[in-house]
Amino acid sequence: MGALLEIRDLQVELATARGTLRAVDGVSLEVPRGQTLGIVGESGCGKSLTALSVLRLLRAPPARVAKGQVLFEGRDLLTLPEAELRRIRGDRIAMVFQEPMSSLNPVYTVGAQIAEAVRAHRPLDRAAARARAVEMLRQVGIPAPLERADAYPHQLSGGMRQRVMIAMALACDPELLIADEPTTALDVTVQAQILELLRGLQRSRRMSMALITHDLGVVAETCDEVVVMYAGRVVERAPVRDLFRHPAHPYTAGLLRSIPRLEQGRAQRLWAIPGSVPALGAWPSGCRFRDRCDRATEICAQVDPPLEAKRPGQLAACHHPVEAPADA
Amino acid sequence: MPEPRGPRPLLEVKDLRTHFPIRRGAWGRVRGHVRAVDGVSLHVARGETLGLVGESGCGKSTLGRSVLRLLEPTSGSVALDGVELTALTQGALRPLRRKMQMVFQDPYGSLNPRMTVGEIVGEPFAIHRVASGEERRRRVMKLLDQMGLRADAYDRAPHELSGGQRQRIGIARAIALDPELIVADEPISALDVSIQAQIVNLLADLQKERGLSYLFIAHDLKIVEYLSTRVAVMYLGKIVESAPSETLYRRPKHPYTQALLSAVPVPDPDRQRSRILLGGELPSPSAPPPGCPFHPRCPHAFDRCKVEVPPLYDLGGGHTSACFLNEGERTA
Repeated sequence: MGALLEIRDLQVELATARGTLRAVDGVSLEVPRGQTLGIVGESGCGKSLTALSVLRLLRAPPARVAKGQVLFEGRDLLTLPEAELRRIRGDRIAMVFQEPMSSLNPVYTVGAQIAEAVRAHRPLDRAAARARAVEMLRQVGIPAPLERADAYPHQLSGGMRQRVMIAMALACDPELLIADEPTTALDVTVQAQILELLRGLQRSRRMSMALITHDLGVVAETCDEVVVMYAGRVVERAPVRDLFRHPAHPYTAGLLRSIPRLEQGRAQRLWAIPGSVPALGAWPSGCRFRDRCDRATEICAQVDPPLEAKRPGQLAACHHPVEAPADA
Repeated sequence: MPEPRGPRPLLEVKDLRTHFPIRRGAWGRVRGHVRAVDGVSLHVARGETLGLVGESGCGKSTLGRSVLRLLEPTSGSVALDGVELTALTQGALRPLRRKMQMVFQDPYGSLNPRMTVGEIVGEPFAIHRVASGEERRRRVMKLLDQMGLRADAYDRAPHELSGGQRQRIGIARAIALDPELIVADEPISALDVSIQAQIVNLLADLQKERGLSYLFIAHDLKIVEYLSTRVAVMYLGKIVESAPSETLYRRPKHPYTQALLSAVPVPDPDRQRSRILLGGELPSPSAPPPGCPFHPRCPHAFDRCKVEVPPLYDLGGGHTSACFLNEGERTA
């Protein structure tokens, strides 16, 4: 099974008051068919810009793709004529964002908005599109879907609005769903509902999914493959079990160690990665993590480590990767 | 929460209610009340951390602010070190503010952007006329050092600092006058994952060094477990369960606590999930359901839950739960 989506050497530049800064700097990744890829990283690491680049949704200016390819079934979405891209966007590739309120139109009912999204890609009449909208609302677990279709976004709770966004995204049976922090603004019990919903729909439809998140718990429960980003780069890429069992990059290892586990108790201090997340453009030479890394040596300041295999199936960009335990 | 035994607790809250009027129409007539905090009792002993958890809209932030009288409670009692706070005028309250301070979620929104870090951290010394001039500067410098900040932060503006550094400033300001109680409202949820652990460790160190008491309000259950001596769970303005941290996390009794804990994603791909998925959503605190506030979403609800409000049953060992299912286990 090959990749459904492949991003090759993507560079995104941002025009700022301090000049043009490269916010995404040579990112390559693949979303495998029928599986979920997690893209993990902290604020400013470039994960959302990478996701927006796929469907050419970057706000330009200030953002602009400077280099790279986004291959969907072998075709580069970045050079596709706008009319052709429009046929793919919302139909074969759909997207869900963190804040559903800003993605929904406040003056139309949610049913009308889903129906419109369907009619943009399918030759359905109004009644059939409306029926499809109600069916989608039912599939995402909205109670009384027939009545809720006539509700305006502000009449729904945050969790319900996010379900509406997912219903709209899935209305045309996309092959790929890109979800950018879809549960970050939600409470933990609602998050559990939405993740369960996404997992179930992904499996039943054999859909591919790219899930962008900062929550490693969400990654562990939802993803098959994981890409870890730091300061505009991919620093590690691995199957989910390998990543959690024996992370190779010290940044990944540090993030995992700093999570307090339920039932751990307060006996010992939490492990903490020192320093701050570097601001865009204030990245150190060589390895961008080196000034927060307890393994850094001379070479880390001089040579930018390439992303390469450290163990079978596991890639990391590090001169001094964390060794796997003997039983791994 | 059972009555505290032994020495008088630093903070004692009894049957606290904070209701907000809902005004509608041209004349602003009061059409109802949002019962944000609806009869909460709790206590915080010296040197301990009481974690307060619950989902958005449960009233935990309103409770924290009402305790410090940043919001005016509607009724009930708040005693700090035996002094009743609700009866005091704001003027009489001012000297007591030295003893109780707040750390906010958004360290940017809570720091004056026109002041330097030195002025922000030094302001409490000025307001309470504790230190001025070179003495104030010396004490601010010492605080910055204790917060793990470099001395050159003194002349900087808040926007020049990272989120983690700004939160350290917020904490420095809060502890400047050696308070006894800190109410921390979601102090780490706006921070990056790699920075959260640093701030959690800083709060734990300060508590050890200074014997501080924390009312720690958060929705991140893992952090709350790590930091708290005891934990109270809020739902629709009421505490539904409270217990020593270990007891609450290992043997939760209230169905809401059980669902809440089971919903936390576990960072271990091999772990089998046994998740309790709740139906529905949090009802509005302006029209709470009759009976047990949790019954419309509770997987175990029966007829009695729809008409009768369950009291907090004392289950022994400092464990209380407001669920009829726990009635048989009560010790008092």
